[in-house]
Amino acid sequence: MRFHLNGREVDVQAPAMKRLLDVLREDCGLTGTKEGCGEGECGSCTVLLEGEPVCSCLVPFGQVAGARVMTVEGIPADHPLLRHFVEQGATQCGACTPGFLLTAYALGSRAAAEEVRAALAGNLCRCTGYQAIYRSIKKARA
Amino acid sequence: MRTAASDLELVRPASLAEALQALAGDPALRPIAGATDLFVDANAGVLRGRRFLDLWPLRELARIEVKEDVLSVGALATFANIARAEAVRQRLPILAEAARQVGSLQIQNRATIGGNVATASPAADSLPVLLVAEAVVVLQSTGGQRRLPLTDFITGYRRTALAAGELIAAFEIPPLPDGAQRFRKVGARAAQAISKVVLAALVGPVARLAAGSVAPVPLRLSRTEAVLASGGSLAEASQALQEEISPIDDLRSTAAYRRRVAQNLLESFFAGR
Ligand code: FES
Ligand code: FES
Repeated sequence: MRFHLNGREVDVQAPAMKRLLDVLREDCGLTGTKEGCGEGECGSCTVLLEGEPVCSCLVPFGQVAGARVMTVEGIPADHPLLRHFVEQGATQCGACTPGFLLTAYALGSRAAAEEVRAALAGNLCRCTGYQAIYRSIKKARA
Repeated sequence: MRTAASDLELVRPASLAEALQALAGDPALRPIAGATDLFVDANAGVLRGRRFLDLWPLRELARIEVKEDVLSVGALATFANIARAEAVRQRLPILAEAARQVGSLQIQNRATIGGNVATASPAADSLPVLLVAEAVVVLQSTGGQRRLPLTDFITGYRRTALAAGELIAAFEIPPLPDGAQRFRKVGARAAQAISKVVLAALVGPVARLAAGSVAPVPLRLSRTEAVLASGGSLAEASQALQEEISPIDDLRSTAAYRRRVAQNLLESFFAGR
């Protein structure tokens, strides 16, 4: 089945009802996408589907045929989000980090600052207390 | 949690006609759209069906438009689509407000209004709004279309009048009478919570009221409305409300809390009427 992964067209053979999360990790070798809850609550498995954040633990692989998928590996290495996450200490255990990065990446600069928190409500972090994450995103948008 | 997926099948129709054909020929085929409930059910071991019909590609069912003064919201419109739609924000702003409170952004990008109604959960955020708006459900099968008021479509706890071979195509929302539209969802946290109580209302010369999470089904509160319409006091309306609702104790809240909050919301909505 063909789809676009991080800007490249790929052809991946996997069952249509396998979770996109598992296909990315096992069949595409991209282990940046993490599983937390496995039921759409924590956002650690967030990827961008057609540019919008979705929980890859809830997407049947067959539904991404022909679509554009972006994982944390697709964020350019020089993107300011990455630098500010490191500098601000926005990552501790790191399980939530790829999800936060992708939700923040999708927001770009289109959302007002107060919308950022609302947009991030679906990404849970058990370590940082969120402030360092908000700070990094704010700096990256500046 | 990983689900054994290799014995599950996904049928991807190229058109609505093809989807209806497939459904007519195979009663065991289960329609899915954003699939936000599918793997949750699978994790809980309560997944129904092995063969699924993917409605997501049927973009013609995602349209939101005003036709002859009726707001039509396609069943495949996601809550993100609804929250952003100008037609919804103008005609039924409380539906846009409810849409922004369904789960998280990730869920709003995938969960559809058709799925919310088909699941018919008593806690569904959009349903009290659709009840207050007197939405009509447009049902499509190979045999044609039929229309049912939403109140008749939901027949019991997570049960609907959807017949074999039928799909929900859209919701038609006639113009609302004058008045202020009010919506409030009370959950455990500000974002991404399943509701403890939802109340939607039209506050004006015509009073309309509907509630979620306070009965086995989302409920239009017609007796409370009648008290308000006949000039009854807020105390009398609250009394009627208490008689109409039948909340339960569960893991999210208690019956007593839900009764209290439903009454507080009623009073805050109608205090200045
Ligand atoms: S693992 Fe997908 S939302 Fe938690
Ligand atoms: S850094 Fe550990 S969950 Fe966020």
